[in-house]
Amino acid sequence: MITVGLEHFLVISSILFSLGLYGVVTRKNAVMVLMGIELILNAANINFVAFSKYGNFGYDGQAIALFVIVLAAAEAAIALAIVLNIYKTFANVNVDEIDKLKD
Amino acid sequence: MTESLIINIATMILFLPLLGFAVVLFFGKKYPKIYLFEVADMLLVLLLSIFVMIAKIGYFPGSIVYSFNWIDFGNVPFFGNTVIELGIEIDNVSAIMLVVVNLISFLVHMFSIGYMKGDSRYTRYFAYLGLFTFSMLGIVITHNLLMMYIFWELVGLSSYLLIGFWYEKKSASDAGKKAFLVNRVGDIGMFIGILILYANYHTFTFADIYAQMQSGILPFGSEAWLTAAGILIFMGAVGKSAQFPLHVWLPDAMEGPTPVSALIHAATMVAAGVYLLIKIFVMLTADAMLVIAVTGAVTSFVAATIALTQNDIKKVLAYSTVSQLGYMVMAVGSGAYLFAFFHLVTHAFFKACLFLGSGSVIHAMHHEQDIRAMGGLRKKMPLTYMTFLISTLAISGVPLTSGFLSKDGLLAGTLAFGNLTGHWLIPIFGFTVALMTAFYMFRLVIKTFHGKPRDMHKYEHAHESTFVMAMPLVVLSALSIFIWYTPNPISADAGWFASSWVQTPESVVPQDLRFEFMQTDTHETAAAEHHITHSEMYTEAMHSAHYPAMFLSLGLGGLGILLAFMMYQWKKINSWKLAMSMKPLYNFSLNKWYIDELYHATVIAGTLGLAKMLTWFDQKIIDGIVNGSAWLAKFVSKMSDLFDTFVVDGLVNFTAFFSGFIGLTFRRFQTGKVQTYLVFVIFSLIVLLVIFRPF
Amino acid sequence: MDGFPILSLLTFLPVLGMIIILFLPKEQSNTIKYTTLVITSLQVVFAVILLGNYNYGAGGIFEQSSFQFIEKFRWIEITGISWIGTVKVDYFMGVDGISVPMVLLTAIISFIATLSSWNIKSQLKGYFALFLLLDTGMMGVFVSLDFFLFYIFWELMLLPMYFLIGIWGGPRKEYAAIKFFIYTLFGSIFILLVMIGLYFSATETIASGERVFTFNMLALMDQTNYSPDGILSPFNPENMRLVAYIALFVGFAIKIPMFPFHTWLPDAHVEAPTPISVILAGVLLKMGTYGILRISYPMFPDITRDLMWYIALFGMVNIIYGALVALAQKDFKKLIAYSSISHMGYVLLGMASLSTTGIAGAVFQMFNHGTITAMLFLIVGVIYDRTHTRGINDFGGLANQMPVYTGFVTVAFFAAIGLPSLSGFVSEALVFVGAFGQESIRVLTMISTLGILLGAAYMLWTLQRIFFGTLPEKWNKLLDIDKREYAMFIPLTIIIIFLGIYPSAMLDIMNTSVNTLVDYVAVSFQNMQLSGF
Repeated sequence: MITVGLEHFLVISSILFSLGLYGVVTRKNAVMVLMGIELILNAANINFVAFSKYGNFGYDGQAIALFVIVLAAAEAAIALAIVLNIYKTFANVNVDEIDKLKD
Repeated sequence: MTESLIINIATMILFLPLLGFAVVLFFGKKYPKIYLFEVADMLLVLLLSIFVMIAKIGYFPGSIVYSFNWIDFGNVPFFGNTVIELGIEIDNVSAIMLVVVNLISFLVHMFSIGYMKGDSRYTRYFAYLGLFTFSMLGIVITHNLLMMYIFWELVGLSSYLLIGFWYEKKSASDAGKKAFLVNRVGDIGMFIGILILYANYHTFTFADIYAQMQSGILPFGSEAWLTAAGILIFMGAVGKSAQFPLHVWLPDAMEGPTPVSALIHAATMVAAGVYLLIKIFVMLTADAMLVIAVTGAVTSFVAATIALTQNDIKKVLAYSTVSQLGYMVMAVGSGAYLFAFFHLVTHAFFKACLFLGSGSVIHAMHHEQDIRAMGGLRKKMPLTYMTFLISTLAISGVPLTSGFLSKDGLLAGTLAFGNLTGHWLIPIFGFTVALMTAFYMFRLVIKTFHGKPRDMHKYEHAHESTFVMAMPLVVLSALSIFIWYTPNPISADAGWFASSWVQTPESVVPQDLRFEFMQTDTHETAAAEHHITHSEMYTEAMHSAHYPAMFLSLGLGGLGILLAFMMYQWKKINSWKLAMSMKPLYNFSLNKWYIDELYHATVIAGTLGLAKMLTWFDQKIIDGIVNGSAWLAKFVSKMSDLFDTFVVDGLVNFTAFFSGFIGLTFRRFQTGKVQTYLVFVIFSLIVLLVIFRPF
Repeated sequence: MDGFPILSLLTFLPVLGMIIILFLPKEQSNTIKYTTLVITSLQVVFAVILLGNYNYGAGGIFEQSSFQFIEKFRWIEITGISWIGTVKVDYFMGVDGISVPMVLLTAIISFIATLSSWNIKSQLKGYFALFLLLDTGMMGVFVSLDFFLFYIFWELMLLPMYFLIGIWGGPRKEYAAIKFFIYTLFGSIFILLVMIGLYFSATETIASGERVFTFNMLALMDQTNYSPDGILSPFNPENMRLVAYIALFVGFAIKIPMFPFHTWLPDAHVEAPTPISVILAGVLLKMGTYGILRISYPMFPDITRDLMWYIALFGMVNIIYGALVALAQKDFKKLIAYSSISHMGYVLLGMASLSTTGIAGAVFQMFNHGTITAMLFLIVGVIYDRTHTRGINDFGGLANQMPVYTGFVTVAFFAAIGLPSLSGFVSEALVFVGAFGQESIRVLTMISTLGILLGAAYMLWTLQRIFFGTLPEKWNKLLDIDKREYAMFIPLTIIIIFLGIYPSAMLDIMNTSVNTLVDYVAVSFQNMQLSGF
């Protein structure tokens, strides 16, 4: 039987990160991008918790994971608000067309 | 009668002609008759100078001096108190000169009234005569070299103005210019000579300079400088007295009105050079005197040879003047002080008479001057002929004339000089010239007055001159008779002129620098009281030379006259054939030894060429350098402009361009899309991870 | 006269006039002219008053106590500058026997030049304003005793001159003006450098007891004021006094103008309008020689003595070269310009003699050249006004057409030739007498006497070509000179004749000062060096 070790967690988190990154980079819809970011954050959380469990870091990892979750929630709230505003300004949420940063 | 009276009168004599000049010049236009003021003025001056001469010679044995400080430099470093003195000195020589100058000047004024009648600048002419007389008198009565130089130049000015009086003629203004410039050449020498004396003695006054010389102070402590000073001052005389090689101006000066030639270029101004030599006689060393004697001898010879062939009546007289001046200079150089001055006086009268006579002829012939067009005028103009003849006899040295006395003494002097020093060339030249003089003067008389008229038309119109023109001739020819100078017609020694009026002064140069015969006899105390410069030796030589010289000059003079008559009166000898038989010599003489041509080709052309060259140098080289540096500066600035534009600015622009380029390149990455950025971030992260991989 | 600032008045009177003119409307040309005339004639009056109160016995040169009409007060003072300490510049004016003749000359020439400016047609207001400014600059140079002040005036007169030539000049005026300007500025730079060098080499004690660097000329002349390590100090064994002297000399020589720095002069003269030529020749050229006498000589007596022969050499070259080049000229004005170069050579020669006669002759020659050459340029102006040509060969026979004019010309020409009884003779003769007495330059002096022959040659030749002979048809309408021209010529003629007959009138003014200068340069300094330093 395979013992679930740190490597498994890291692989999961890598996959999760990659999916999230993929979503952030490829999705045109801003909401999907946000969701990608959530995935990345969660991948990070998994890493935190995993290293906390297998490393001798005590509960710091868990604590930080909790912080991240809270932050993610807050971020999601603000980001959604921004997306709403973007929608109000540009009448869509397609990130390809919002290239004001260029100017 | 006091000395101050003489001085006051002498001052008046000096300044009255100047007053005449100023009055006539400024009021001449308004009052054309004002020239009479000038003539009357000159009469007054003449009377005053006769008075001065009588008073001076009669009552004052010593010289009368008045001087004042012209410039006071104060307490000069190195030298202490320095002043420049001007002043006048009346001694016997200058008193006699005063009368000579003023008499001739007055007579020329008289003559000019007739001669210049109808000239458009009639009054101006008299003004200039006044200016000339003033300047000449200044030379006569000065007691210092500076004033001598000042008036020396002023006579140069009046001579310039009068020679170029008819300045519409190019030849006249050329002649005036030439006279002034040639004289300046001599004046430079004279000026340097004066500078030598001043630099050593710190005074210009003759007496002070001589006193210091006598006490043994030599210029710069060297004998050579003393000789040089003498010769350099003599250069002034070379210019003014038209000595070879500066004689070229005098014949040209005949472009002036004839009375002017009589006054300035025959009697007075040209004699100023001889007068100067008489003034500096005591400071001449043996070497200097030899130079002077040779110059005089050469001059008299050259001029006489030229006079033989000239055809212009005034040119003949001009060269004869040069020749006679050469005589005087030669006499000074050979120590015959007395006879140099005596000849100066007698020559002044008879040469003035000759010139005025020629003026009378020219006037009568309507300004014809060529003797080939004259002839037979004896009948038309008996008075002119008589006076002219007397003067010609005088210049030829025929007994009973003044010329005989002075010329005889002068030639005796040169003979004695030749005897004592061995320089026989000088008397040989002297006697040769006596022969030639008699010949060419009688050639002139015969061609002009004897024979048949050659130009009948002009002859018909010829007439004897009026009183104002004839009177001066008579007076002057009368003065060419011996009786005014000595009771003995064959020797001047007994006369008052030679025995008591003028005495040879004692030389002041060191004994060993004098000719032997001029050294003071130490053994003879009697000589001291008589104040004679010459030794017994000289007196004896002079005495023994008297008769040989007299007979020789009489014989040669007679021969000359005979030859002239043979050739031109009796036509026994064909002069033309004779001339053709020695054509090169004839041409040489006719063309005045080509001296003018020589000067034109060398000195004048050289100077003008140098002037042109320097002008070229100035414009092309110096200004070239200036403009070149300006061009260079401009070039450099242009280059730096280019550098500025292309390099400095180029660098700036390149930076801008480069960043622009980079910007352009990288703006592609800057899509403004967060996602792209993110890709870059990650890509970069991966790259970085690969590069800095820990494993 | 005590306390009355006559020198400032003389100097700044023209500025006052300039201000008045600037307020006058452009159209009132006569008012402008007469204002200038009044100002310049007032200047003459004040100059004569100055002469009347001048004490002939005081020497000046290096002692403040024997300068006269002194005005001295602190002009610029800045204390506490790092290592320099106090910087001060004095407003220091005073005259001695060398400057008084120049002050007189400046006043007279300005007056004459005003008369000669009557014919100026265009832009009168600007012309006369600049003219008066120029006048101030010239006067200031001759009365300043502070080097800084001197330099300011020296430069001050450059600018108006530039415009006066450049705007009112002839066909090649721009070229001439720029040439003049750059040339003189080039010289000024040298003067400036030396001035600064001297400033940092010498100190003087001021009222507070502090020793400060100084521009005071008199302090700079006093060798005891020099610090041992100053770059131009005679006590510094590695000093640069020779270089400085040459630089200073070049600066002044350009103004004289001395060969080979002379080529600006003919161009400037030919292109400048007549009155400006008159001022240029009459006054400006004198500033060079004046500067040498006032600054180079007493401040560098040692070098002066060493270089005496070279100064004389350049004098000789100027005399001969100028005369020869003049001989070949075909332009009347250019001929006079070159004659000017020749005549300034006499000044150099006289100065080089380091003797009283020579230097007195030189200063006298400066004055005489001022009057004579001014007259010569006026003469050219008269004929140019009438005919608009200056070619010597274009004329002939003017003597009959313009007899009075010819009379004045004859006087001026013969004065330039150095005919005795006219002023030029006395100064030239004194120069020669002085120079000949100095053994080292005797040969040069003898060669220089050729100048009097060449001078006569070109002058008489010109006289002949223009005035004698026959009159060309086209000039038979020419008028003789008018009243205004009489007014220009008569004063100058009187001065020329008067000073020729009675030169003491001018020589007495300068004698004491010249003696002091000669004594200072040739005697005192030597003693001082021997006695201890």
